[in-house]
Amino acid sequence: MADPTDQALLTPVPDDDGAPFWEYTARHELRVQACAAPDCGELRFPPRPCCPHCRSFDSTWRRMSGRGRIWSYVVPHPPLLPAYAAQAPYNAIVVELAEAPRIRLVGNLVSSADARLDSVDPDRIRIGARVQAVFTETGGVRVPRWVLERP
Amino acid sequence: MTGLKDATAIVGIGQTAFAKQLPESEKTLACRAIIAALDDAGIAPSEVDAFASYTMEETDEVEVAKSIGAGDVTYFSKAGYGGGGSCATVAHLASAIATGQATVGVAWRSRKRGSGPRPWKNTAVQLPTPAQWTRPFGLLRPADEIGMLARRYMHEYGATRDHLFNVALACRNRANQNPAAIMYERPLTREMYMSSRWISEPLCLFDNCLETDGALACVVVSAERARDCRQKPVYVHAAAQGLPAQHHGMVNYWNDDPLTGPAWTAARHLWKHSDVTPEDVDVAQIYDAFTPLIPLSLEGYGFCGRGEGASFTEGGALEIGGRLPINTGGGGLSEAYVHGFNLINEGVKQLRGVGTAQVPDARTCLVTAGEGVPTSALLLTS
Repeated sequence: MADPTDQALLTPVPDDDGAPFWEYTARHELRVQACAAPDCGELRFPPRPCCPHCRSFDSTWRRMSGRGRIWSYVVPHPPLLPAYAAQAPYNAIVVELAEAPRIRLVGNLVSSADARLDSVDPDRIRIGARVQAVFTETGGVRVPRWVLERP
Repeated sequence: MTGLKDATAIVGIGQTAFAKQLPESEKTLACRAIIAALDDAGIAPSEVDAFASYTMEETDEVEVAKSIGAGDVTYFSKAGYGGGGSCATVAHLASAIATGQATVGVAWRSRKRGSGPRPWKNTAVQLPTPAQWTRPFGLLRPADEIGMLARRYMHEYGATRDHLFNVALACRNRANQNPAAIMYERPLTREMYMSSRWISEPLCLFDNCLETDGALACVVVSAERARDCRQKPVYVHAAAQGLPAQHHGMVNYWNDDPLTGPAWTAARHLWKHSDVTPEDVDVAQIYDAFTPLIPLSLEGYGFCGRGEGASFTEGGALEIGGRLPINTGGGGLSEAYVHGFNLINEGVKQLRGVGTAQVPDARTCLVTAGEGVPTSALLLTS
């Protein structure tokens, strides 16, 4: 098995709409796009040019607490891309945000911000568990990861 | 207005061998399947004036038309979203023929996914949305994306791996009866299923379709013309596509209700334009890239209530003689994964009465395309 340190995980390739999300994560902030129309303010994810509720093209990025719950998870096994195979079996989770349960983010549950993707025993993962966002750098991009609120 | 109902019929089907590896090119396989389908119908290739395919098809209509010797082509279309477009090809041809835009239509699928590259391995090109929100976190393959929905489905409704096994077994049992299937004479047991290697927990090896080389095609003409063809017509009774509000593709996690997929949207339209109801369906060919798509589709197409798709699979319901026999050629899980086109041809075989696992007196067959992406469906009748 290849040494994970010489294999790069994939980094996000942002589009115009998604770029602000990654600019905020670089500052350790988890923000979600929200409609900026005075009477609307609905959150939306993934980011897009127009509010599907009121059709306003004005948007803002609202800071989230970073708290959430595990909505679901998988444990991928090889065959996988080399950098992921080197850490497999790992977990990928979907987190629903505390402030807006219908906003869900894909991520990884880890034992600490910079730990490996397989640093939490899959037997300890359960749907509904409370998690908190942390941030780590991979390939020059800072991405959110998740730790259990009560490890 | 009568619309599409029974206005057109599938009168020819053709296919190549299915295998992990075939020596011929995708273009050659496509032409072989199309010529076989036209021969089955008794229609000369020079009469073809319409083509329909779906995305991720490597061979385009220009190449096909000049290779088979088609005449002047007046209609061509390509439905989006990979396996979600399989049934849309027949729907588009039916629309074109029913409205006088063409007279003889051919739909096809040719793939070399057994021996060719896998799209998820392409790291140089990432679709900006939604890949930026999923792939960096190791949600790399369709099995990982659908596994996430499957885990949530199991959590919400008490579905188990035994339910998923019921699906895998029904498809394998039918493939065991089908000499053309890759899994012909290769039985599956519960022990094999439960002890097989994981792909993406909760999905194991046998929850995943077969990567296959092969091609299929079918021929669509007007109902009037169909009466003069070589084979018993199989009518396109109803057809639908489905792209639900706020859908996000296979990672539908951002929808208000991620477990209500495109099947629900396609089904509403399909039944509205049909003379029959789910209770009248004799046999179904349900897109089975992954076993969890079956319970989700059973719910979406109205064979049972919300959350009841898993328990529906109990007691042999999906087997021949059961409440709803499915994927009677073996499906994508055990016949061949040719992006769902084998399900269309199998539906035609059942309604001709020549299936290798024939449902007695089958008169009505539902065929569906890929669930979890914008989808399509056909209701075929004889």
